[in-house]
Amino acid sequence: MYAQMVQSEATEEDPAKLGEFQAKIDADIKIEPKDWMPQGYRKTLIRQIGQHAHSEIVGQLPEANWITRAPTLERKAILLAKVQDEAGHGLYLYCAAETLGVSRDEITEMLLDGRMKYSSIFNYPTLTWADVGAVGWLVDGAAIMNQVPLQRTSYGPYSRAMIRICKEESFHQRQGYDAIRKMAEGTAEQRRMAQDALNRFWYPSLMMFGPSDKDSVHSAQSMAWKIKMNTNDELRQKFVDQTVPQAEYLGLTIPDPQLKWNEDRGHYDFSEPDWAEFFDVIKGNGPCNVDRLAARNKAWDDGQWVRDGLLAHAKKKRAGKVAAE
Amino acid sequence: MKNEWPLWEVFIRGQHGMSHRHVGSLHAPDAEMAIKNARDVYTRRNEGVSIWVVEANNISASSPSDKGPLYEPSESKVYRHPTFFDIPDDVGAM
Repeated sequence: MYAQMVQSEATEEDPAKLGEFQAKIDADIKIEPKDWMPQGYRKTLIRQIGQHAHSEIVGQLPEANWITRAPTLERKAILLAKVQDEAGHGLYLYCAAETLGVSRDEITEMLLDGRMKYSSIFNYPTLTWADVGAVGWLVDGAAIMNQVPLQRTSYGPYSRAMIRICKEESFHQRQGYDAIRKMAEGTAEQRRMAQDALNRFWYPSLMMFGPSDKDSVHSAQSMAWKIKMNTNDELRQKFVDQTVPQAEYLGLTIPDPQLKWNEDRGHYDFSEPDWAEFFDVIKGNGPCNVDRLAARNKAWDDGQWVRDGLLAHAKKKRAGKVAAE
Repeated sequence: MKNEWPLWEVFIRGQHGMSHRHVGSLHAPDAEMAIKNARDVYTRRNEGVSIWVVEANNISASSPSDKGPLYEPSESKVYRHPTFFDIPDDVGAM
């Protein structure tokens, strides 16, 4: 989802210790930073939490694109608050990742040089104001599907970060729905923009859950460790079931002619996204991959003198204090 | 060691009358900035009325492997709990 296709690391350790560890997880006892954990658990979590954190940070870019052009002062203030939240979510998650023994600079550099990924969804552009509404409604809506169960994940710091995030995430989805509803109920041109945004964001949102379970080879270990709580297909289905009535309320059409309520299953049947496109975006060939990484690299490089300056100032102040004592 | 800002643990008093509680951590060059950053990161929705920050490497913690020796002794001392003692009903609330 925000962490797609996270590969589980194999673990070769003392079977007795592994057994004890698994028993703790099965008993819903949280694993804390200083507790013994298999190397594979640690590495997989760093990758997953890191990818999630990077997604929050890179996810600011498509929305920040519209802050200066928000249609009203109120929408602008709301969007600013939302984007600030995303920064906060990234920070909670980076801190959780750091408890596993990776430093903030290391993990940041892995994003900047492409060794670590962020969610495919943020490689799509926000072309109109309606897209900002669609992102809140669909992208944050899809994120919530995954984040709510992750509050119960086995790793303590990750679970606590997810609890904070979930408290704030519902604001994100609701402000998005509210924004796109205004347009869906507006002029013919605004309606057209709302529909167009849904058309472009529907399938990329479905891709957020990652490939189908039958092609997802890493799920079993992660699910046993309770760092993945549901399968990709389960969550995707849940998202579709929840979102279709919301679109109907708006009078918008989901861009899927196959979409149909299936009475027997008690779920909607729907078309799979184009997985070739998904893998292409992951590989770096999406519409905005280059821009996104360039923006993050620029922010990091341009901020270097600020980081250095503040640290030098702090050191000088501390030295002065010691001298005075 | 690179020029990374030190890590600070953040404690927040949620309401008047409550104690400070650990909420997470952040990086900052000094205590003053750590408090400013903590305000932005951890109190965007009225979550606090007071913030403490402590540089993470100043915290000493008990080791998980000491869990047995440290905490098991208290498990056998049931008489430390008021429910251990039967008070006759006639005596009334105590």
